[in-house]
Amino acid sequence: MSKFAKKKDGEVPAVSTASLPDIVFMLLFFFMTVTVMKDSSLKVENVLPNANEVKKLEKKDRVIYIYVGKPTREYEKVYGTEPQIQLNDKFAKPSEVGDYILMERAKKPQELQNVLTTALKVDKNANMGLISDIKQELRKVNALKVNYTTYEGDAFRNLQ
Amino acid sequence: MARRAGAPEVNAGSMADIAFLLLIFFLVTTTIETDAGLDRMLPPIEPPDQDVVIKQKNIFQVNINKNGQLLADDELIEISDLREKAMAFLDNGGAPQGSPDYCSYCKGSRDASSSDSPAKAIISLKNDRETKYSTYITVQNELVGAYNDLRDREAQRLYGKNFVEMEAEYLNPETSDEAKEELKEKVQRIQELFPQKLSEAETTTN
Repeated sequence: MSKFAKKKDGEVPAVSTASLPDIVFMLLFFFMTVTVMKDSSLKVENVLPNANEVKKLEKKDRVIYIYVGKPTREYEKVYGTEPQIQLNDKFAKPSEVGDYILMERAKKPQELQNVLTTALKVDKNANMGLISDIKQELRKVNALKVNYTTYEGDAFRNLQ
Repeated sequence: MARRAGAPEVNAGSMADIAFLLLIFFLVTTTIETDAGLDRMLPPIEPPDQDVVIKQKNIFQVNINKNGQLLADDELIEISDLREKAMAFLDNGGAPQGSPDYCSYCKGSRDASSSDSPAKAIISLKNDRETKYSTYITVQNELVGAYNDLRDREAQRLYGKNFVEMEAEYLNPETSDEAKEELKEKVQRIQELFPQKLSEAETTTN
């Protein structure tokens, strides 16, 4: 008879899992907001110089990146220790920069093609000669808007 | 006799609230990292149709050699003095009162042998192929800083706000359209007062 059916002692009631989805979603959203998609792995050293009169590069879809720096240790044997240009995932010669810009530009939607910025991420130990060659190439393909990407900080720290 | 009915069930109804609270906290506090840097325009490659004659006194020549030494208007100076020098040059306003170039807002020394007005003043930056990039950026930073300081001064005088802040707000995608429209006019006005004329010559090899 139910009246005498004893409840078993010591049985822990099940923990409600109704909020589990919330927690999972919370984590999901958190990671969604903080992750930055990395589209190419760096093959060059890239310690940027400091500057304090900087402007933020909003709208990532309007930016084309060019990396310059000394090849990292694993590529040193093949590419030497002089600063090199990295476009997407491979090393390139200054003469290839123009084609790369045109190719990247063609990939962007029509309405953005005229407002693209080229972000130069250059290692602070690079020489201006290479940068000048890049600048010359950029002028040839009419990509005149450049951004020398830097860290925010005191510019005079560069000189030490 | 009171029966012991196991452990009482924990009320989990508020769990969702806590979860959302945390979610909102992280949403607000995390900033997605954006790149920042010095914006520059390169000169177009085709030469201008007609030769523009620029008076020597309206050009401020800055040379960086391969050792990172700085030559400004034929004078060897420290990079830390560059900003002041550039500002003195830009703000000079040497044109006499009554001439079309007269600069009413300039606070410089009005030296006739220096620049006529901010609109005419050009800073020319030259560097060696072996100049270090970090030195170049420091010099660029100081020159942009000179312009920004002067623009700040005028923005403070006209609108009681800093130019750099106004521009940052204008470029911020979160600013509403009406506010942007209003800022655009102000930002452009200040930019016209001190137009950024920074020419970069091609590098030399010696």
